[in-house]
Amino acid sequence: MKRMLLLGDEAIAQGALDAGLSGVYAYPGTPSTEITEYIQRSKEARERGVHSDWSANEKTAMEAALGMSYAGKRAMTCMKHVGLNVAADGFVNAGITGANGGLLVVVADDPSMHSSQNEQDSRFYGKFALVPVLEPANQQECYLAAGYGLELSEKYNTPVMIRITTRLAHSRAGVELSELRAENALRLPTDKQQFILLPAIARKSYQTLLGKQAAFEEESESSPLNRYEDADDKSLGIIACGIGYNYLMENFPEGCPHPVLKIGQYPVPRTMVKRLLESCERVLILEEGAPILEEQIRGLLDVSFNIAGRLDGTVPRAGELNPNIVAKALGEEIAVGQDKPALVQPRPPELCKGCPHIDSYNALNEALHELDPGRVFSDIGCYTLGALAPFHSINTCVDMGASITMAKGAADAGLFPAVAVIGDSTFTHSGMTGLLDAIIENSPITVMIVDNETTGMTGGQTSSARGKLEDICKGLGVPEEHIIVVEPLRKHHDENVRLIKNELFYRGISVVIERRECIQTAKVVVKIPKEANA
Amino acid sequence: MKRDIILAGVGGQGILTIATVIGYAAVERGLHLKQAEVHGMSQRGGDVQSHLRISDKEIHSDLIPEGRVDLIISIEPMEALRYTSFLAPDGWIIANKKPFVNIPTYPDFEDVWKSIESMPRSILLDGEKIAREVATARSMNMVVLGASSPFLPFEIEELERAIEAIFSRKGEAIVAQNIAALRAGRALAEERNLAIH
Repeated sequence: MKRMLLLGDEAIAQGALDAGLSGVYAYPGTPSTEITEYIQRSKEARERGVHSDWSANEKTAMEAALGMSYAGKRAMTCMKHVGLNVAADGFVNAGITGANGGLLVVVADDPSMHSSQNEQDSRFYGKFALVPVLEPANQQECYLAAGYGLELSEKYNTPVMIRITTRLAHSRAGVELSELRAENALRLPTDKQQFILLPAIARKSYQTLLGKQAAFEEESESSPLNRYEDADDKSLGIIACGIGYNYLMENFPEGCPHPVLKIGQYPVPRTMVKRLLESCERVLILEEGAPILEEQIRGLLDVSFNIAGRLDGTVPRAGELNPNIVAKALGEEIAVGQDKPALVQPRPPELCKGCPHIDSYNALNEALHELDPGRVFSDIGCYTLGALAPFHSINTCVDMGASITMAKGAADAGLFPAVAVIGDSTFTHSGMTGLLDAIIENSPITVMIVDNETTGMTGGQTSSARGKLEDICKGLGVPEEHIIVVEPLRKHHDENVRLIKNELFYRGISVVIERRECIQTAKVVVKIPKEANA
Repeated sequence: MKRDIILAGVGGQGILTIATVIGYAAVERGLHLKQAEVHGMSQRGGDVQSHLRISDKEIHSDLIPEGRVDLIISIEPMEALRYTSFLAPDGWIIANKKPFVNIPTYPDFEDVWKSIESMPRSILLDGEKIAREVATARSMNMVVLGASSPFLPFEIEELERAIEAIFSRKGEAIVAQNIAALRAGRALAEERNLAIH
């Protein structure tokens, strides 16, 4: 059997490819990006013609994957947790239409917010949409979950969610591969109304979905990802979800003396939970994320069982788990190293040396110099680092696209000038519709599109905006004389400050495109010809 | 046999090259391996670390518990000190001497170096200088890996084979430079280690 060293993300990608995947649809987002990148780099995927181009955002990705499933082929869409908010309309309704070809929705959550603005737990969404959720505990289970999830999806004509978290997404381990399964042929749904959610049909479809719930739970009871491990010491029982299981076992190298219920598939297998609760004096619940299962088991009145977890403080309410947190929750002794020397200073991330955003912010800061601060609405990307020293240029960062719409709302309230700073890729992801709102009302805001011609923060993926920004702005209706393109370089600083200032004080919609290639992708482009010459 | 290692540095310095070489050697030996990497925001000049675990038995956690790390390998001196709470009582710190200064609050260099040398088991080395003597400054990573190699469960030849496999597409000269850097680091560690005993 073939064995490979794979990240959790890559194991899902390889598992899906080996299970006959015909297309992946995604927008980059840490920690999910490497799933799609792996398929883009895979020779086998290229030869098979597996679709892997980036989508404009998670919603378009979700819907395209649903379309491929409609046509009978196996499809996957991948995103970070907050990306599922963007895709939620399609996702929740796909629960009701159901799938035709296998449909996997892979969501990588980021508890502790290593690279995110929140730590929402996607299992909530799975429960909300009433679809099965798989939560693999290790790289091998990631590989398995992809193929098993696609089978489950086709067995019940339902989308299946795979939920992982940062530490599994970005950790490498050996994975054994299975036999390759052929891709599905084109096969349209037999029920030609399956995907029409007109109220009269949707009501029936929703009943069908509700009717599947008992079967979904039965699948969980016999899932390869759920396991009841009995043991003698029943003073404590432990429910460990996802990678919580690894941290538990790390504390018991010789095996856990207490009964353990390992959970990797939802809906929750209630028979297994009941067995553990009834046979143990006290139950500790370990969840890598929100206390979803814990809340369910405690119930509203929290009176029936002796339960410990995130809600009673045995485990911290926020943040990811780790072996030490779990050891403390178990009352185990913890090894201590040396105290961190006091001289060690925090080292936050920063814009790269030579980054075009540095020049953009220097110019913007000077253009705004004489005004009261608090006028710059920004967005999600490398340029969010403009919030930190030495720039302190931006005042908001909320979600993809919120720069333009928040600037408009503040302008509606009377703030003038108001500025939105948004990246090229974020603009085509979720900025265009907000710009249209501002154009229709000729809102007096200046939209600064910092165009580094790539999706920078996630590692330089192709931006859907490339070569299209002026045309998009023109097409939406920004007057041509208020679409200004500048090159953010120190030598143009004074001229750029003047141009930005002109637009800032113009009482109508204007767009300033700050265009210079990302210093990281520029490096890569230069390297290739050099190596070719050598 | 089990080795828990933290690789430390600053985003963009390339700690993952060291991880890749050790990982290759571990896989060749048929050992279990888990390697947690940092991707995303911190890669932009922030502090980055990788937890690398090697064992002949199954490894559960992708993260190493505090107080259990056998070896901190850091290619930046202050970053070596960030993870001392993870260090086991008999754990070693191998740190490169050259500070990467991208924050205004970076402490006095001498204080950082003294702090590392005051640790019970540590090797502080000028990786760039040694690398320049035998190859180019860019092979600093491999000097640091060489200095760490006596504490790894591999023969030096196994690491050399890993370097060959990983750098072969960049040409023989690059392979030779990296192996020379590895050996120079190894020689230094053996010298220092003898002086300690």
